[in-house]
Order: sequence, then structure tokens, then C-alpha cells
Amino acid sequence: MNAFELAAQLRAFLPSEAVLHEIEDVRPYECDGLSAYRQLPMVVALPRTEEEVVEIVRRCHAANVPIVARGAGTGLSGGALPHSEGLLLSLAKLKRILEIDPVARTACVQPGVRNLAISEAAAPHGLYYAPDPSSQIACTIGGNVAENSGGVHCLKYGLTVHNILHLRVVTIEGDILEIGSDGLDAPGYDLLALMSGSEGMLGIVTEVTVKLIPRPEKAQVVLAAFGDVRAAGNAVANVIAAGIIPAGMEMMDQITTRAVEEFIHAGYNLEAAAILLCESDGGAEEVAGEVRQINDIMMKSGAIDIRISRDEVERLRFWAGRKAAFPAAGRISPDYYCMDGTIPRKNLASILSGIEALSAEYGLRCMNVFHAGDGNLHPLILYDANRPGELELTEEFGARILQMCIDAGGTITGEHGVGVEKINQMCAQFKPGELEMFHAIKAAFDPSGLLNPGKAVPTLRRCAEHGAMHVHQGKEKFPELPRF
Amino acid sequence: MQYLIDQFTDKIRAAAGERKPLRIRGAGTKDFYGHFTPLHLHAPGLSDVLDPTAYTGVVDYEPTELVVTTRCGTRLTDLEAELSNHRQMLAFEPPHFGPGATIGGCVAAGLSGPRRATAGAARDFVLGVRMLDGKGDDLSFGGRVMKNVAGYDVARLMTGSLGTLGLLLEISLKVLPLPAMELTLQIPLTEAEAIRRMNLWAGKPLPISATCFYGGQLMLRLSGAEPAVVAACAIIGGEEVSDAAGFWVSVREQQHPFFSTGKPLWRLSVKSTTPPLSLPGTQLIEWGGALRWLAADDEGEAVQIAVRTAARSAGGHATLFRQAGSSLAVFHPLAPGMMKITRRLKEKFDPAGILNPGRMYPEL
Repeated sequence: MNAFELAAQLRAFLPSEAVLHEIEDVRPYECDGLSAYRQLPMVVALPRTEEEVVEIVRRCHAANVPIVARGAGTGLSGGALPHSEGLLLSLAKLKRILEIDPVARTACVQPGVRNLAISEAAAPHGLYYAPDPSSQIACTIGGNVAENSGGVHCLKYGLTVHNILHLRVVTIEGDILEIGSDGLDAPGYDLLALMSGSEGMLGIVTEVTVKLIPRPEKAQVVLAAFGDVRAAGNAVANVIAAGIIPAGMEMMDQITTRAVEEFIHAGYNLEAAAILLCESDGGAEEVAGEVRQINDIMMKSGAIDIRISRDEVERLRFWAGRKAAFPAAGRISPDYYCMDGTIPRKNLASILSGIEALSAEYGLRCMNVFHAGDGNLHPLILYDANRPGELELTEEFGARILQMCIDAGGTITGEHGVGVEKINQMCAQFKPGELEMFHAIKAAFDPSGLLNPGKAVPTLRRCAEHGAMHVHQGKEKFPELPRF
Repeated sequence: MQYLIDQFTDKIRAAAGERKPLRIRGAGTKDFYGHFTPLHLHAPGLSDVLDPTAYTGVVDYEPTELVVTTRCGTRLTDLEAELSNHRQMLAFEPPHFGPGATIGGCVAAGLSGPRRATAGAARDFVLGVRMLDGKGDDLSFGGRVMKNVAGYDVARLMTGSLGTLGLLLEISLKVLPLPAMELTLQIPLTEAEAIRRMNLWAGKPLPISATCFYGGQLMLRLSGAEPAVVAACAIIGGEEVSDAAGFWVSVREQQHPFFSTGKPLWRLSVKSTTPPLSLPGTQLIEWGGALRWLAADDEGEAVQIAVRTAARSAGGHATLFRQAGSSLAVFHPLAPGMMKITRRLKEKFDPAGILNPGRMYPEL
């Protein structure tokens, strides 16, 4: 089916402005937050209701047209990259908050509702939605479910999968699945877990019920500087060993603190090899006690400098530098390339020295920011795409970092998803039998293979190649969004 | 211990070749849960038992990583003792239902205890599994790290699948520190008022870790840092209970007198704000109102219809948890669309249909 035929079919039940197929109209949908990969979709559809979604899916299924679902398009792995012969299904117009139930502490929302909008709607009741991916002012809850998004607070408060209760999902066959329940569990297999992080490959989410939790009375952050990275890593372990689960625990190395300090002026110690931000939240007395404990642990762990936020302004300033790490990479280098590996934290020092050695070997600088509490590492390799061969070197450097993460017992992606970008690294992490099982699971939901085909799980044949993620300065979409 | 895995693999492959049902059974502490047709129980020639309890031991435990990886046959008591040596715990507070309970059975059953409403369920703490599928293929999913979005979340899919999708070999779990302080308050209330207050308090930043309402008394456990627990006591009121630990164990293990009636026990998982349910029998409420246990007056079809209807209209589902010899369906029927996907998943994981057939649903 060509674009005109598909558009005509869809216009039979959608208003004409909800179906786009002129090149200038579909251009804005050619990529998501990973703009190195671009592809024009054949047609874009913007349904406003679940009934319209079902009808669109039915028509595409009947005509064998691939469907790529898209929320706000803020994803960093090309998961919403269009299909050249497919429909780009934007859920952006399904953006109503259907119900906030302050007593049961739930919000029932359509997939196009922004992450932050849920917390804003819940705020008058003293409640909020916990997962806070860095793009939360723009990203949608439907996309969060597709990526199983986390945030800086997920060690304590969990990922999307821990914070959703119920989904309505349209299958490629046009069935509506009610997955989960209004209770705390559901009969049968845990399809709610399968849907979380499934990157639009299993079904189209049309409604999400999320858990809301009470906003803590107070939050305070301890900013500790260390003379070497190993000491900083040990400090993280010592905090956990003391029985503390911090609300946030972030690490930055020196090249990063120097890059951000220049324009954020967060007050970081620039002589330190690494700094830690460790946040405590809860009741006022509880926080005071925990912060005292964290302070002692940081001192005993060899911190050379410790500061404790005195008020909300200072707390936010300490965080501002961390949140500016990605833009800072863009300031000091024409291009950067972001990795998303996760490792058991005890291997941090060896991974960082491995990265340092690779950095010297390739002659490329690398900034390291780290969700230290949960082991999720974001090395940012700095390079210049205009210098011949540097991109290829960067890719190789990145692939070797991910291989180190796998070898250390970790994973190639902690939170950005596989998408198109890390699809080759999947071959390094999983054995053929495991990849076949992923294909089988997809086939159970989508026997015709029409939902986001070619993403997230490589074919066994493809598993000889290698690729990685790139963000080019000036080309990144949503440059205004913080990335951490 | 690879030789044990080889034995399990051979057994699964042989069974798949002959299409002969294989009953995966650890210590058998949860034999009462789910369906076992008399055919599989009493006709040994027609089915075989796969007992993985010899595959035991902790593979890796680094307390500061908050992750433990353990073999399926490891006893829950041993694992919990090891965690407790490092002042850590399985925060979903799993029921054992018997002295030999294994971690494999615990995750396969997917059951959680009193702390579930605030800390999360078994599935929330499962980070990765190594498993044998119905073809005897040795597969690993998830991992030993907190954040991992590579591939579909098969580790959580396996949790609660009652051995119908594969044999769990090794399981990585997130663990949490033991709370610094724990105490339990008792408050006499009506059922409606108890439900109202549990929901009200859950909406405040209070360190509530368990609730139980039975016989006009609300029991409420607080866990956390001392200042948080002390401040919460002042807000909540009531009397502090002595031997509270024993009380919560009795609820978790269903040794509390409520559970000892021998009547069919229904488990209704509902929206927490659901008002008192009028059903024939006595009830005990947990999980801030989201879990209602019913010791039903009789085991007839009429009770089943009433219970399933009540659970459904409260946004949830009902399980016939202990059936006292009943022939009724155990688990809430799935909608046709859900059953279609469920059946296909079962076929993918277990093409010969040999793993615990019928334990969850007759179709699986």
C-alpha cells in the first residue's frame, strides 16, 4: 500500500488534519532524541481516541503496514525511528488525565500525558509520580512505559515497572487487553512487566494507571569531593552498608565537574578526582539524622571536602551541575557520544581506569557521569565528526566500553533502551537462544511482526555487526532538555 | 554443580520427547496452591517429578551492591539468615508455608507478605534469572544490576508463573537494609473506618510497612529510622503491641487463627479503597485495604460467583487460595484476549506442553 492509499483509508474515519503524508508535514517525525538516525515515515496518524487507535491498527494489520508508535519523541536510542514503508502513530493527542484518585493514590491517564504533568496534577493532594527521567517536562507516560524509564531517584523509588498498576493495550490484532488491575496484582502471567520496556514492539498503550506516593516533607543533599575515584566508589558502598538507601546518589569525574562548573557555577571542588551528590529525603528529623550519618561516612571514606545544602536554593544548585553534564559535553566538544551501560558498582574503579586507558589509546577525551546508587554509567566520549575517521574510532571506543560492562556482569543499557542504536550490542549480551526467545515473545503479541519491526532485538543474522549511539552538537533534538 | 543442570536438562528433554508431563516441585510447601489434577498426583506413570532442591547455594552476595544471586534449591530460611547477618532482608517478606521452602518455589509462586503494599512484590525485586525452558535450553535474562532495559523482562514474567514456563535455576534479587526500628500499633476500629484510615495514612509520608485488620482491631507496623517511627506513632495513635514480630509471622504464614478454620480460603486483590465487602464468611484485610482474605462459609458454586463478581467490581480479581478439596477454578478467568497471548507465550516457552500443565489454568 502506498502513502496515498493509506492516507485515504485513514481519512475515511479520521479528520484530514490527523493524517499527514506530505514530506514537509511528516518531516518533524523523522527522528526521536537520537537524531543521528533519520527516516521519513510513509504516513503519520494522530488519533484522539482509543477507538481511532483500534481502527488505525486494524487497517494497518489488514494491509500489512508496519506501525511505529511515538510519544513525545524524546527517546535516546532511536526507538521511535519511523519505518520507510510504515505508519508513524503519534499518541500525542491522547493527552487527557482521566482521573486522579487522591485516596487510592492513583492517576489514570492517557499515554500522551507528560510525565511531569501527572505530578503537577497530583501536587494539590501532597502526592507525586516517582519516576523522573531527565526529560520529564516533555516525555510522555506512554513512552515511559515503552522504555521502562527511571530517573535519579529510582534506587529508592523504582522504575516505571514498579510504579504502574494497569494498562489498556491495543494489540496488532485489534484486541484491547486490560493488563494489571486496580489492586496490587493480577491473575495469570505478569504481562505488565513484559510491556514495561518493550519499546513499542508488543502493543499500543492507550491508558495507564500509575501509583502516586506522598511527597516527602524534606530533601537535603550532601556534596562530597574525593581525591580519587576509588575512594568515591567506596564511599557509595559504605553508605549502602550503613543501611541507608539514599533518594539519589550521583557521581561525576573531574573532567565533568570542570566542564559544568565553567557555566553552571554549582560550587564543585575542581581539584577533586570525583564528586558525589547524596540526597536524603523524608521527615525533617529523619533527614537531619540521615544527613549526619552520610556526612560521617563521607568523612571516614576520605572525602577531602563536604558541603551540605543549607536550603532548597542551594540543594537545587548542587543538582544543577549534575543535570548540566550533557550540555557541558556539547560545550567543550563539537560532538559527544553517550553510553548507557550498567555495572555492579564494585567494578566502578576498574571500569573507570579501563575507560581512562582506552581514552589514551584512542586519543579521545571521555567524561563520566554515573548514577552511582544503581550502577548506571554514562560515559560521554568527546569527538569531532568533521575529523576523518574520528567517528569510527569513537564507535569502536564505545563498543569496547559496553563490552567491559558486559564482562563486569553488567548490561549494555540501563535506561535509554536498545532501539536501533544498541541493537548490535544485544548480540554481545545475549546468546542466540535468548534472542530467539525475545523474537518468540514478540510473535506471541504480534504474530505478523508489524509493531516497530527491526528494533530492540537483532536477528541472529545481523549479529556480526556493531554500532552505537551518537549525539551531534546542534543536531540533537530537544537541546533544551536536561539529560542525565 | 553443572552436572545437576545437565540432569535437569536431560529430564526436561526426555519428557518433551515423550510429551510426558513434568511436575516441577521443590520442597512442596506450596502444593496446595494452584491446580493439580488427580491424574498427575496419583498416577506416577503418567507424570514425573523434577526436584531441583539439590541445586543449592548462594552464587554471589555483595551486601553493598544490594543484590544476591542464589540457586533455586536454596532454602528461604538459609537465605534470609545470610541476609540478616548483613542486616539486610527480602523486602517483599515472602511467605514460606513450610520449613523447607526454597527460593525457586518462592519466586515461581510469586507470593509476597505483609510488607508488599509499601515495599513492593516479589516481582519487583527479581532482577534476573537463569532458567531452563521447556526445550531444556539454558537461558539467562535480566542480570545482577538494578537497571537493565536490554531485552524483554523475562525475569519478571517468570515470577509467579508457577513453573509453567520453565525451571528457575538461579535468581538474582534486589535486597534492602533491615529497618533500624520497627514497632506495631493496635487500634480498635470498625472495618469501614479501618479501610478509610489505612488509605488516608498511606497518602501521608509515614513509614507504614504493614497493616492487618481483623476482629475489630487494626494492626499497623511502622519501620524505619527512629525519628520517623516515633513521629508517626504520635500521628497514628493506638497502643504499642508486644511480640508484634510473632503476629506478623502468623499472618504471613497463615498460622493466625483466622486461617485455621479449614474452610475454603479466598484471596481477593482489590482497589485499596474498596468499602467492606459483604460476602458469606469472615474476612481479614491486609495491604492497606488492597488484599481481602475470605474464609468462606461453604464451597459451593454460588460463593465462587459472589466472590469473583465482588472482586471484579472492586477493580481486581479473586483466587481460591486454599481449596479444601474443591473442584472450582483456582485463578480468576482471563479475558479472551489475555488468554490468547498467555497461551501463545506458554507455547513458545514450552512447546511440548510438559511443564506443570494445568497448574495455573487448564489451557496451559
